[in-house]
Amino acid sequence: MIVADRKPFDEIMKMIAPYERILLLGCNECVTVCAVGGTKETALLASQIRMKRQMEGRAADVGERTLERQCDPEYANTLAGALDDYDAVLSLACGCGVQFISESYPGVPVLPAVNTRFMGVTVEAGVWAERCQGCGNCVLDRTCGICPVARCAKSIMNGPCGGSHGGACEVNDDIPCAWQLIIDRLKAKGGLQAYSDIEKARDWSTSRDGGPRKRIREDMAL
Amino acid sequence: MTLPATGNLEKALASGHFAVTAECGPPRGADPDVIRRKGNVLKEYTDAVNVTDNQTAVVRMSSMASCVILGEMGIDPVLQMTVRDRNRIALQSDVLGASALGIRNILCLSGDHQSFGDHPGAKNVHDLDSVQLIDTLRIMRDESKFLSGQEIKGRPDIFIGCVENPFADPFDIRAMRLAKKVRAGAQFVQTQCVFNVEKFTQWMGMVRDLRIHEKAFVLAGITPLKSPAMARYMKNSVPGMDVPDLLIERMESVPKERYRDEGVAICLETVEAVRNIEGIAGIHIMAIEWEDIVPEIVKKAGLFPCPSL
Repeated sequence: MIVADRKPFDEIMKMIAPYERILLLGCNECVTVCAVGGTKETALLASQIRMKRQMEGRAADVGERTLERQCDPEYANTLAGALDDYDAVLSLACGCGVQFISESYPGVPVLPAVNTRFMGVTVEAGVWAERCQGCGNCVLDRTCGICPVARCAKSIMNGPCGGSHGGACEVNDDIPCAWQLIIDRLKAKGGLQAYSDIEKARDWSTSRDGGPRKRIREDMAL
Repeated sequence: MTLPATGNLEKALASGHFAVTAECGPPRGADPDVIRRKGNVLKEYTDAVNVTDNQTAVVRMSSMASCVILGEMGIDPVLQMTVRDRNRIALQSDVLGASALGIRNILCLSGDHQSFGDHPGAKNVHDLDSVQLIDTLRIMRDESKFLSGQEIKGRPDIFIGCVENPFADPFDIRAMRLAKKVRAGAQFVQTQCVFNVEKFTQWMGMVRDLRIHEKAFVLAGITPLKSPAMARYMKNSVPGMDVPDLLIERMESVPKERYRDEGVAICLETVEAVRNIEGIAGIHIMAIEWEDIVPEIVKKAGLFPCPSL
């Protein structure tokens, strides 16, 4: 899923200051799972904004709505007409959702209420961690299911670097060294022979380095 | 400028004499005299001098410029090149430039993460890793090709170096990782600072088991301790450093005015110990912002004068 953090409240208040009527728009996908932008969090932020606006002596015209997905025309289109009553949308979706609502309704300012962080997993209740950088050329078959691109701070393909210590990354003791994890798996699988293979320089053009990416399935076109 | 085909370091190592290299940290400013002063101190006592590449991710004068200044003084410079700040386009361009400027030795490293440095908000590169950089240099020199496969007109002449940290984890792959670097093309190795001689000796056993020492020259990293505070700092705050508590206690056991002598004494004992390890071809002295001590260490270790080559 895409994992996000809510922006600081003061930053949000500053962002919406020019607008009177604001629609808070939640998303039922990733941001709901990582507890930052679902129906519940949208209601909570709406209440906070209403209270703050009342304290400031301003009108508190704050609407709430949650779409199944903000990144999909099927659901984005359901907002048609509903936005006429608002000066701005404050989206609690990831950056994809914010942009898709914005491009679907170019006349309305769509503002981000969250900072989109990474593609990751729920490690345990309340803990999410990065697992994929969408490099477009998956190597997990060769690295025992642990991604050195996303999980090594230096994306080293022939690791670990000289900063790996006690299972941790040199950057922070809380970050597991991806290469320690890979080597542990290799050993558990019965040997380090595969470790001797040199991973050659990668072609990063499938990653963000090749420019913004697009996927087209002509067979699915309507 | 006519340039020798083979640098002093390569000649020294090939001749079988116990080589001495030292590290020169470039200044955090544009004054070339800082490099010249350090070069003057190190020149007579070393076979080659390394210049670090923005070590600990702190901005300093470029390694390339500093190496040229040392080269003008008759010193054989070792250009340190990290993959943190430059992609394959910039790295290969710098290799051509270094060769054109008469720099014969290039040491390939990952580089400390930028979060340790003075610009923690910087974007890092890591297009290649250090093994891939070594591979790239070998392809450029031996096949006269860029990494893209396109032909190089006027191939670079490089003595390819790498580093390895025997004290990082997991310990049991550290010699194997060095073997990969040597297979990729590394001809000499400068190790992380040796404070834990016992662990280093164990690692060298693994290096010999893989016969790496027969294919590449291994230089042991040596760093003199200046004070107990420095020893503690190295242990706790520098990535990949293994400073045994016994050494810290030993530094603490002497009065302040004796710190320097005790640091030098420990350093000389380490040099003696690593010299006796089969497969060690030399030492690489990293006297961090203490280059002035290098002549004393080299003389007292009985490594001066360097045999004339």
